[in-house]
Amino acid sequence: MTHSVIDLPVHADDRRIARLAALAIGLTLAEAALPSPVPGVKPGLANIVILLVLLQYGWRAAAWVSGLRVLAGGLLLGSLFAPGFWLSASGACVSLSVLALARYLPSRHFGPVSLSVLAAFGHIGGQLALVGVWLLPAASLIKLLPVFAAAALVFGTVNGLIVMRMLAAPVPDRRQSSSCSLP
Amino acid sequence: MTSLRAGDLGVLLAGGSLVVALTVWAWGGSRGDTVVIRAAGKVIKTVSLAQARTLAVDGPLGTTHIEIEPGRARIARDPSPRQLCVKQGWLTQSGQAALCLPNQVSLEIRGRTTAYDTLGY
Repeated sequence: MTHSVIDLPVHADDRRIARLAALAIGLTLAEAALPSPVPGVKPGLANIVILLVLLQYGWRAAAWVSGLRVLAGGLLLGSLFAPGFWLSASGACVSLSVLALARYLPSRHFGPVSLSVLAAFGHIGGQLALVGVWLLPAASLIKLLPVFAAAALVFGTVNGLIVMRMLAAPVPDRRQSSSCSLP
Repeated sequence: MTSLRAGDLGVLLAGGSLVVALTVWAWGGSRGDTVVIRAAGKVIKTVSLAQARTLAVDGPLGTTHIEIEPGRARIARDPSPRQLCVKQGWLTQSGQAALCLPNQVSLEIRGRTTAYDTLGY
């Protein structure tokens, strides 16, 4: 048995965030292998995790998971600090800001699908803003806007439905999160 | 928890209308309102697309028949061997053109805004 020599206090919250971030990173990697006709049109499966975290553990945890996903996803895909990484980061930032406001929508009328669609539009909006301002300021992306918006709508809806189903699923999923105790 | 709520439908509708609006805005182009007909390189007629009519233009091979309907125009018949201009069908957008090169007749749609500064055939 090896003993941990680094003595940092690790809380259950930290472990949970790390585990959820690992899940999001896994989805990011899996999704990077999917071919896409237009760069930028992706299902955004990691957003499922982000939304679940937001709804179950609050916005701070969601921001942590999202940030870790962007950073570790960049490391693992070899695009850390490359344009793709910044696109991902700006999309995640805007998406999180949108969610920070959208989570105050009355939950009686607005469910995960609303949050997911709004987050997806935030994501693509943030990416396109960065592309327009920094990466390709001269190029006209106007002709591609409908493609991106339609993708955001479709994938946002699908992800939202998945989140809805997962929240409604019976408890066994969540057993894992409680089995992790302090060392 | 397992069904869509009213606000969700509202968000989906808003998202859908945003997509439609963006599509119209980005891909709509401008519809033409007049049609310019050329024969042997010279403009022989500029016709409004407001009302339906048919025109016959003579070229070296024979007569080209042009059909105009409200908002659109096409080459209906042409003696050119490959019928390329006829196969183009109806033209509606500003800047679109159908060229019957063997018969030296061309049809070009113009709108308030021109898509190109100039077109060379």
